[in-house]
Formats: sequence, structure tokens, C-alpha cells
Amino acid sequence: MEVFLDQFLNPAVLAKYTPLILKGAGVTVLLSVLIVLAGIALGTALACLRAYRIAALSLPIVIYADIFRALPPLVLILLAYFGLPNVGVLLSSFTVLFLILTLVLAAFAEEIVWAGITATPKGQWEAARSTGLTFTWTLGHVVLPQALRMVIPPLTNRAIAITKMTALGMVIGVPDILGQATTAQSFSANASPLTLAAVAYVILFLPFVIASRWLEARFAPPGA
Amino acid sequence: MASVAASGGAADAAALSVRALHKSFGADEVLKGIDLDVRRGEMVFVLGPSGSGKSTMLRCCNRLEEPDSGEVLVEGDRLTGPGVNLNRMRQRIGMVFQSFNLYPHLSALGNVTLALRRVQGMAKAEAEAAGIEALNRVGLSDRARHYPSQLSGGQQQRVAIARALALKPSVMLFDEPTSALDPELVGDVLDVMRDVAGQGMTMLVVSHEMKFARDAADRVIFMDGGVIVEQGPPEQVFGAPTEARTRAFLSRFHG
Repeated sequence: MEVFLDQFLNPAVLAKYTPLILKGAGVTVLLSVLIVLAGIALGTALACLRAYRIAALSLPIVIYADIFRALPPLVLILLAYFGLPNVGVLLSSFTVLFLILTLVLAAFAEEIVWAGITATPKGQWEAARSTGLTFTWTLGHVVLPQALRMVIPPLTNRAIAITKMTALGMVIGVPDILGQATTAQSFSANASPLTLAAVAYVILFLPFVIASRWLEARFAPPGA
Repeated sequence: MASVAASGGAADAAALSVRALHKSFGADEVLKGIDLDVRRGEMVFVLGPSGSGKSTMLRCCNRLEEPDSGEVLVEGDRLTGPGVNLNRMRQRIGMVFQSFNLYPHLSALGNVTLALRRVQGMAKAEAEAAGIEALNRVGLSDRARHYPSQLSGGQQQRVAIARALALKPSVMLFDEPTSALDPELVGDVLDVMRDVAGQGMTMLVVSHEMKFARDAADRVIFMDGGVIVEQGPPEQVFGAPTEARTRAFLSRFHG
């Protein structure tokens, strides 16, 4: 028991590395917010483009979405971080993590929002078009608002899942929570920084999870 | 307006004209050449068994269904053919659907004003004044801030009628407007339709409300198998139908 406490809850180590973990928490929060905003915006935009049913647009979107949903994000992160410099593209580890996770989230978000668009009754399109609204206005003001409300639960689940993947940044040296914790762990030869990291993740993501429940309830269809 | 001059004096033209309309779904020819003129202010009822093509004919009148051939004209202006500004023409053709199709995320007023603002380019205050006026015409201006889910089916359909009315169309199309309603809610919608007709609106109505057709319609058209079988004043079509198919159809309703 003593060994366990010393290894996971060592007071001296905890005190020493708490500031570092807090710094990492800042990076994790910043990354998460940027990824969720950019990923959902990009995914929604792609789903809207697909609604025009122009094969030259839809086909590349579908191929992109399938590839990025099929590959493990870690593979993409490593490919981008260690592969791109060989073709002359030098990106910081932060940028690589942001780009890849945004593209992965966008791929899922595109499929989710697309499902919402196709699930919106045909009569909504017909009613709007019969009043002279253009296709684009109908999509933006009649169909998309309904589609997004419908897909809030899967979208928030996916957003939470992707923000937890910021921890993958550790393997390419992003100074996020886990990155700082593993660094501290090797310096201190003690696992307590990882305990700190776990606590930090819970403190950060639990409100996020609770907020998503509120969001789902707020936009639930009446009677549900 | 150039289009008026080109059509040779729209003042004489019927509010809605359908010429040699053909439409097939695959091998199934649903409309086999429909010719129809609806005069200004006329209320025309279209009856017929399911599959007779009456709904398809109605939906061709604002090109929600694209005709294979034939013409549709609104006050002499072409709706079909090359170079037609469909979105502009559709503002002159109001449509009321069987399933209401109100926008669930917008209030009653939001439903009515969306096209006023985004299509006709009205400012918010102007659109809302016009929206309230349209809701007033269907007796629901006190429900302006209600959402569709807070309204009964009959009220929803009346909001849908207001949404179409607000654009001040030349003609209104009704596609089985009471078929999705509970029987006790049908009367309110029919009353509103009677009011709208009384104010001079041109209306083409696909419906099974025989009694209402007999009371309110100026003309009744009986369709079967993709053609107009018989038409005339309601007392003639209901009272003394000349075609065997009309008699057979009506006898099923009268028992």
C-alpha cells in the first residue's frame, strides 16, 4: 500500500508538477475548443455541399469521409508529423494535432449532419420551394436548422470523443496534459504526474459531458 | 411589364392554364394530356379515385413535379419552358399540402414571414405586419408566437394557408388539405378556404370533401386514369353525371 501511495500519490511530486499539468490543461482546452469548432463547421459545410448532389463534389467528400473515419487517428498523426517534413512541409506538433483531429471530426460530422439532412422530411423542401425560396436558402434556413437539432446527440458524443484524442499529441510532443505528465513522469521516475493528468481530464471533461446532456435536452424534439 | 405584353394582354388570360400536360413515372403514364383553364376568382374542385393523377396534376402546376411535356401558364405567363424564373413564378402560386409542412423550428409568424423576408425582401417590421395580417385572415393572429407543435392540426393547416396567402399569389393550389385532419378539425379549415374564396382568390383544390365541393365549388372536375373525364358545375357533376366512371366513383361515396 505504501508503495502504491508513493508511486501514484506522492505529495512532493504532486506539488512540484501541478503547475506543469495546469499549463498542459491550457493547451488541451485550447486544442479541444479549436478542433470542435473547426471540425463541426467543416463537416457541416461538406454535408451542405453534398446536398447539391453534384457527383464531382459528392464523390470526393464521401471518399474523404470514409478514409478519415476508417483510419486510426494515431496513424494519421504520425504520418503527418513524420511524413510531411520529407516533402518540405514543416508543421509544429500543435498544428499537426489540430489539423488531423479537425479533419477526423469533420469526416464524422459530415456523415452525421448528412444523415440529418436526408432525414428531414421531403415536405419541408417542397413547402419552402413552393414559396419561391431558392435551394440554398431552403437548405440554410429550413432544412439545416432541423437537421442540426436532430443530430445534436451523436454530434456531441463525437465531439467529446475527439477532444479526448488530444492526448494522442503526446507521441509527437504536444505539451498538452498528457504530454506534460509523461515528461514529468520520466523526470521524477514516479507515476504521480499521471494521476494528476487523470484528475485534470476529469475536471475538464466532466462539465463538457454534463453540458452536452443539457444541450440534448434543450433541443430535444417536443414530447421526446 | 414585358412579359404581360408578350403574352398578349394578361388581363384576358385565365389565372391558371394547363395545356396538354403529360407526365410519366417510369412506364406508368400518370397524366395523359390534361387541358384546364381556371378563371380568376374561380374555385375548381378536382375529384377522382386515388391514382387518377389529380395530385400529380396539381404538383405540376408549380413544378414540384416536372411535367414531361405540355405547358402551365399563370395569368398568361409561362411557368414551363426555357428561361423561366421559377422562383419568381412560384411566388404567384400558393400551395397548401396534405401534411401542412410547417417549419417546426419557426413560430407561426416565422413560418409566414420567411419567404416574405427572404424572397420578397421585406424588412422585418414590414414582413411581420404582413404576416400578422395573413394570420388574421385565417383567424390565428393570436397564435403568432406559437410553434407548430403547440397548435392543433387544423390550426397548423390554417397557418399553412396564411403562409401561402401572405405572398399574395394569383392562384392557390390545395393538395388534399383536410385529409390528414381529425374529423372535428376539418370544418375550421374549410371555413377558412370558403372565406379565402369569398375574397376572390383563384383556387384549384384536390380533395375528397364532397359536401364542401357541392356547396362551395364553382366547377368540379372528375379525373380518372390520367385524363379529365367530366367537368361542370357541382350540381351537374354530382346531380346528373353523364359519364359512367363518374357515376361509379360518386356512388361509392354516397353508398
